Amino acid sequence: MPNEIGDLTELVISARAGDQQAFETLVRATYADTYTLAYRLTGDEEDARDVVQESYLRAFRGLKRFRGDAQFTTWLYRITANCASTHLGRRAKHRHDELSDDVPLPDRNPDVDPAARNDARLTRDRITDALRLLPPRLRAVVVLRDVYDLPHEAIAAELGISESAAKVRLHRARKRLREDLFPLRGDQEREEGDARAV
Amino acid sequence: MTRVQCEQVADLLADVADGSVNLDRASRRHVDRCLRCQAELVQYRKLLRALHTLRTEVLEPAPGLLADILASIEEAGERRAVRSMLTGRRIAYVGGIAAAATAGAAGAILIATRGRRSRVSLAG
Repeated sequence: MPNEIGDLTELVISARAGDQQAFETLVRATYADTYTLAYRLTGDEEDARDVVQESYLRAFRGLKRFRGDAQFTTWLYRITANCASTHLGRRAKHRHDELSDDVPLPDRNPDVDPAARNDARLTRDRITDALRLLPPRLRAVVVLRDVYDLPHEAIAAELGISESAAKVRLHRARKRLREDLFPLRGDQEREEGDARAV
Repeated sequence: MTRVQCEQVADLLADVADGSVNLDRASRRHVDRCLRCQAELVQYRKLLRALHTLRTEVLEPAPGLLADILASIEEAGERRAVRSMLTGRRIAYVGGIAAAATAGAAGAILIATRGRRSRVSLAG
């Protein structure tokens, strides 16, 4: 994970041998990062808490299956991605509005000159906001690929989709983020053109 | 440049920005002349850089999360310990029964063998 967590190998070995104390130390070392990923995937604090708890439970139960050929944190990302996908899928049964890929992004600053917006410094807050506005299915793929560097294959496996579907979603997510953060003159026309073509 | 060509290239620009796709010569030539495609490419690069910087950011979880996680792990650990204890006992019971059955069978064979020997010697 990004910040200095250090080498977790010894702890992972002890935890795999059944040392629960070692697993708890692993949790202390990684839970803030796991929460960050869960929050980026779900866009909601309460959901992120649930996802994190479920992720550590799954990791605890499945630790013996962790072969150590990847980093522990990468393995944990994958579990978290899978839990978030399941969680959002369950929630979507009750909140259908969240899952549509076709919800248009609202223009929060229609009065601002697009050129000025292009020149404005890209802040973390803006990109975090833009991510939150993405439909969860698109957000999950772009977060896992472009923030956490997971390969397409792993993303597809954890989200329960094909690799080509993961690539299509990534393409759509990036396009929408770019259009939201750096709108160009003509984006709107092109969108309308695409809609007519469909 | 025609609009069609612009749209063909536009679909590849994000992958060009992340280095996973190299444009062919004709497309490169198009981008070199097309201000719109150049602008999009620059913006995808900015976007990917900005997304990557999020990786270094760690959010502060609400208080109580760590305690909740540790409590659920502890609970799962206790359940696992109880399960393994029960499994151990079951194995001990089964082992005991198997040992008793083996001893019984061995005893029966021994008695039967002795009985046959004594019959043979009486007959002789």
